[in-house]
Amino acid sequence: MKNLKYKILAFTLLFSVVLIAQQTPAPKQTTAISIEGATAHLGNGNVIKNSLIMFNNGKITFVGSAMMKIARQGNVIQAQGKHIYPGFIAPNSTLGLVEVDAVRASDDMDEVGAMNPHIRSLIAYNTESKVVESMRPNGVLLGQITPRGGRISGTSSVVHFDAWNWEDAAIKEDDGIHLNWPNAFSRGRWWLGEPTMLKENKDYKNEVEELTTYFLNNKAYQASNKSPKHLPFEALQGLIDGSKKLYIHVDAERGITDAINFAKANNIKHVVIVGGYEAHKVTSLLKENNIPVLLQRVHSRPKNDDDDYDLPFKLANELVNAGILVGLENSGDMERMNARNLPFLAGTCAAYGLDKEQALSLITYNTAKILGIEDKVGSLEVGKDATLFISEGDALDMRTNKLEKAYIQGRDISLESHQTDLYKRYSNKYKN
Amino acid sequence: MIKNYLLFIFTVCFLSLSAQENIPKNDGVKTLNTNYTVLTNAKIYVSPTQVIEKGTLVIKDGKIVSVGNGVSIPKNAVITDLSGKSIYPSFIDLYSTFGVEKPKGPDNNSRRPQYDATREGYYWNDHIRAEQNAIDLFKYDTAEAKKLLQAGFGVVNTHIDDGIIRGTGTLIALNSNGTNANRILKEQSAQYLGTQKSKTSKQAYPTSIMGAFALLRQVYMDAKWYDTGAAKETDRTLEAFNRNKNQVQIIEAGSKMNALRLDNIGDQFNTQYVFVGGGDEYEYVKEIKATNGTFILPINFPDAYDMENPFLAQSVELSDLREWNQKPYNLKILADNNVPFALSTYKLKEAKEFMPNLLKAIEAGLSKEKALAALTTIPAKIIGKSNEIGTLKTGAYANFLVTSGDIFDKKTTIYQNWVTGVKNELKTIDTKDIRGKYTFNLKNTDYELTIKGELEKLKSEVKTNDKKLGSKISFNDDWLNLTFSTTDTTKQEFIRLVANIKDTSVLNGKAIFPNGNDTVFVATKKTDSKSQDKKEKEDDKNDNEPKVDKFYPVTYPNMAYGFENLPKQETLLFKNVTVWTNEEEGILKNTDVLIKDGKISKIGQNLNISNAKIIDGKGKHLTAGIIDEHTHIATSSVNEAGHNSTAEVTQEDVINPEDINIYYNLSGGVTSAQVLHGSANPIGGRSAIIKMKWGETANNLIYKNSPKFIKFALGENVKQSNWGSNNTVRFPQTRMGVEQVYTDYFQRAKEYDAKKKSGQPYRKDVEMEVIAEILNKERFISCHSYVQSEINMLMKVAEKFNFNINTFTHILEGYKVADKMKAHGVGGSTFSDWWAYKYEVNDAIPTNAAIMHNAGVTVAINSDDGEMSRRLNQEAAKSVKYGDISEEDAWKFVTLNPAKLLHIDDRVGSIKVGKDADVVLWSDHPLSIYAKAEKTIIEGVTYFDIDRDKQLREAIKKEKNELTNLMLQAKNKGLKTKPIEKKEKEHFHCDTNF
Repeated sequence: MKNLKYKILAFTLLFSVVLIAQQTPAPKQTTAISIEGATAHLGNGNVIKNSLIMFNNGKITFVGSAMMKIARQGNVIQAQGKHIYPGFIAPNSTLGLVEVDAVRASDDMDEVGAMNPHIRSLIAYNTESKVVESMRPNGVLLGQITPRGGRISGTSSVVHFDAWNWEDAAIKEDDGIHLNWPNAFSRGRWWLGEPTMLKENKDYKNEVEELTTYFLNNKAYQASNKSPKHLPFEALQGLIDGSKKLYIHVDAERGITDAINFAKANNIKHVVIVGGYEAHKVTSLLKENNIPVLLQRVHSRPKNDDDDYDLPFKLANELVNAGILVGLENSGDMERMNARNLPFLAGTCAAYGLDKEQALSLITYNTAKILGIEDKVGSLEVGKDATLFISEGDALDMRTNKLEKAYIQGRDISLESHQTDLYKRYSNKYKN
Repeated sequence: MIKNYLLFIFTVCFLSLSAQENIPKNDGVKTLNTNYTVLTNAKIYVSPTQVIEKGTLVIKDGKIVSVGNGVSIPKNAVITDLSGKSIYPSFIDLYSTFGVEKPKGPDNNSRRPQYDATREGYYWNDHIRAEQNAIDLFKYDTAEAKKLLQAGFGVVNTHIDDGIIRGTGTLIALNSNGTNANRILKEQSAQYLGTQKSKTSKQAYPTSIMGAFALLRQVYMDAKWYDTGAAKETDRTLEAFNRNKNQVQIIEAGSKMNALRLDNIGDQFNTQYVFVGGGDEYEYVKEIKATNGTFILPINFPDAYDMENPFLAQSVELSDLREWNQKPYNLKILADNNVPFALSTYKLKEAKEFMPNLLKAIEAGLSKEKALAALTTIPAKIIGKSNEIGTLKTGAYANFLVTSGDIFDKKTTIYQNWVTGVKNELKTIDTKDIRGKYTFNLKNTDYELTIKGELEKLKSEVKTNDKKLGSKISFNDDWLNLTFSTTDTTKQEFIRLVANIKDTSVLNGKAIFPNGNDTVFVATKKTDSKSQDKKEKEDDKNDNEPKVDKFYPVTYPNMAYGFENLPKQETLLFKNVTVWTNEEEGILKNTDVLIKDGKISKIGQNLNISNAKIIDGKGKHLTAGIIDEHTHIATSSVNEAGHNSTAEVTQEDVINPEDINIYYNLSGGVTSAQVLHGSANPIGGRSAIIKMKWGETANNLIYKNSPKFIKFALGENVKQSNWGSNNTVRFPQTRMGVEQVYTDYFQRAKEYDAKKKSGQPYRKDVEMEVIAEILNKERFISCHSYVQSEINMLMKVAEKFNFNINTFTHILEGYKVADKMKAHGVGGSTFSDWWAYKYEVNDAIPTNAAIMHNAGVTVAINSDDGEMSRRLNQEAAKSVKYGDISEEDAWKFVTLNPAKLLHIDDRVGSIKVGKDADVVLWSDHPLSIYAKAEKTIIEGVTYFDIDRDKQLREAIKKEKNELTNLMLQAKNKGLKTKPIEKKEKEHFHCDTNF
């Protein structure tokens, strides 16, 4: 299934991958909408039972109780017994950069080279992706599209999932740069007959040194007259002036510690740890430096046989209790198609210790804050984008996550997809 | 130089003459030595149990003439008095590659897979090499022999360490002074086997250990067939194999698990193997004993990890820490359980590590008697030479060691290693001990000389008027040489002393001055530093040598979360629980369920049973255990990718009960699963249907009277679409070819079966037997499948051969042909929501299960993923979400329906009186993401308990800390440590290529 050795693909296949335009993006909101009677999960930890949510021109205009004697604007949706949520956000995602894992021609996520801060994911983001549209029926409406590979993979952007083109999709262009921190372990080179076990990476120090030198050179460049222009360093400027965040992908305790010290030494204003399997071991350091964590895929196995079987399930709880700002990410095997399961990652965090509303924040408000888009999305608050949905039941549980309506910037988006089309087509086939 | 050469010639001639007669001689007159060699007054270990004090050993022509106390000594005897010394039979190593060069790989560097054999006139598979004989490659290696002699070995059985069947070994006496005429004790001695492929060939099959096992079985059958004379072609391999049948069969298992697996094969063909083990046999000692096999064991013990860096240290797992602590006890535990074993140097870097490691095992409790037997009588017995080697009884080869005392004592020196009556002196037997303090006077200057250090390596200190002078000493063959500097340090001049020592109380010799003049000197001993010295040495040793630490108990399995004692079957009464029966009764609230004798005994209200353990189920849910139709956990090997059909391989051969994923599955409420072969070929291997009995052995995990299953596969994987540009030669490369592969094999199996049933002689072929079982409806197919065209094709092929496909697994486009599936009568076991990872899953939809179910197909949701398998309850819930399936039906997707598809629904899959008590107690609605399995019970045994898990976490932490400390202490003591390595987790799935 997964992990295929995608080395080649017959050329005929390349030409047969025809990406047909999928669901048509919804038109601009022209009429106000009021949703009445639902339980509103605001995303910031608060809940309003029997709520009234109103939005117009793409923005939320009212969030409160349905008991309030206030005029309902525009079309009124009665949603008693249902639940409203802000759109879920999938950070550190490659959605739209690859369509089918095994089809190389559809793969645009990993550029050649080690230091690629200038590489921008946004322009390759495919708004027509069939995988992207399959996110929406589960409430995943936004994503941070992130390149992969190398030491510095490139620059990500945040998009919403209902657009004609990448320009329209952008919520925040070039929000941050992604750095893969050197690993303290390296694998034996089997082709030299070395055992393939992981062992201490003797080059770790050198690899960190290389990064340090790179950033020192960047500093020198920024102080110069910048002629001739150095494209990668130009891209790094945002890290120094604070307009971009540095996402450091790192799991191990030592790596996290070294990465934070590195960021401090290089005056990088905003740092986010991505992965953080061992972040619970360095909570005071994270807290002291006010560094948030985009926590690795919750639905994974422990990395060590001796670990608690539920360690990946309860990590978020441990970090939140230690006062860390936590969001959930889902990178790994088959990450794109799996991104629609993001709500259930949060659900598992609730099953393993967190309050349900806190768990919801892990994929809404917290993530928005971490990505620096909390002024627009991430919670149901007046003035923010009306990017939200109505579910029949608890959206963090697959048993009850059933969307009836979803809006992106107030636009009534389609919940259909390539998959629902096929479902209907074949269900009808057997009816006749 | 010439002199030495002549001496060598002389020795060789002398020796050969003593053995052979009537050979032409042109370099002198013929001489014959008919004298006896006699060793007297030694403590003689005739065998580990027969010891003669002050005995006499009489030798002639390389053999022992007599041994005992009152032995008469012939007149023509050369006698050596060995008072105070001991004589032991020298050691035997049966798993050696001595003098046999490692075979080299083929010259061809092509990366294209090779499917055919390279050789002609031999077996169809290059890795079966029964026709090899070690003797043909044997070249005596004097340098290596010296190392072995020093370690105490006198005889080795060497072999070609290459291939699955490796041909015969050769029994060699390590007589470095003789010729092969004296050394070869038996030209063809034992047949060797293993599980690794030959390095000389790139023939692809087998790519897995599972394939190696199947191949081994087929060879036995082919050899039998060949023996009947019915084969049409000459096969020199099978001829040799049949010739070698009566030899002892030594097989390299390399681990406890493989020994148990290979023993199953041996039993099938009435062959009792001698197993070359891995040193981990103690973990399953009962089962190891039950093989009835003798073991040849390595004696390499792991070094402690260097735990100083805590970041790295935390990645070392409990099982690795324990291995370090436990492995030195392996031999003791085996001996205590009467498992017979011999020892070998084969995993040691150098033979000299052998004795220190053996002493460590003795320190851990191995008796010296057993240790000696493991080096002498047992290997002699294995190789069928009990009267000739490994013993000092009359008639045996004169292969023995002369030692200063107990051979299993650190302080003991091996002086001589005699092989076939020829003495190899390792250390001078009567070295005089000249250590002590002396004074002497030269030219009116008084000197003080201290000689200390070890006998073999003396150190000197020369002082005059308390001034230390540089000095150097050597003492060989009773000749002492001492050089020391003069008091005038500016000149760099030396005084040399030379003395022939007769009496150690006085050194009497000649002093030579820098100017060349000499004079007589006499040094008189003042004190004997020997006793004091020895004591110091011992103290040193005690500090440095490893003290064998406390033994940490073995658990089942021997790793984190293993049981110290396997949990027992209990009588359990669940009270007031919500029961998901999966039967007509549906979901029963506030109900009691009694479990007794491993079965569901009663379901009802207000049950009261006196001796039952009561479990309060209020607010909780009790369901049948989850069954995963498609998993690749708990196995050591997934794909045999060497052929396009591998029906002959079976997962039952390679079940790995020590996979932590079994525990994870239990924590997610999974109790049964089908462990499937992968999807590397259209016809894959046979399945193992297992229960997650954590802690039990592989054989106990597998269902008794298990329904027979086989994996088939379609699409991209079998046509190797994603295997890279080198893999474009194996048939089939298209879906068109896949159909023909099936038609071909079914047709051949049909013809095979017809011939078999007709009573005509036939070559038994496991692959054909298995495929014929499908045609005879005795074996069921679970077929990996994606797109509708191929799904439809396979049903049509099956119908043509008059049988049905049992299950399409994955079946992502099943919804497109659900009506045809229903008509055919095949079930569908699918993913809940996977898609878009390959071109062929573009049209996979999460409502597939719902459409198939609604069309009347028996539907299951499977994992094919070790992570997802522990959340299958949630995967079932997705059918509620996407496909509006009722919760009861969705629950059956992961319990009763897979039980039906696996033909085990008469035993498991629902809560029904009489069925196996495989149940799960959930904290919440079982389809909810908030539900946790609190107890997972199989046949009344609680294999997972959330409270016990908490206790285990604490225990693991404690034990890890203790062992980490012991490793740190080991490093502080100066013991060797090794850098930390982390075993990488192999997460298997369909595409894992081994």
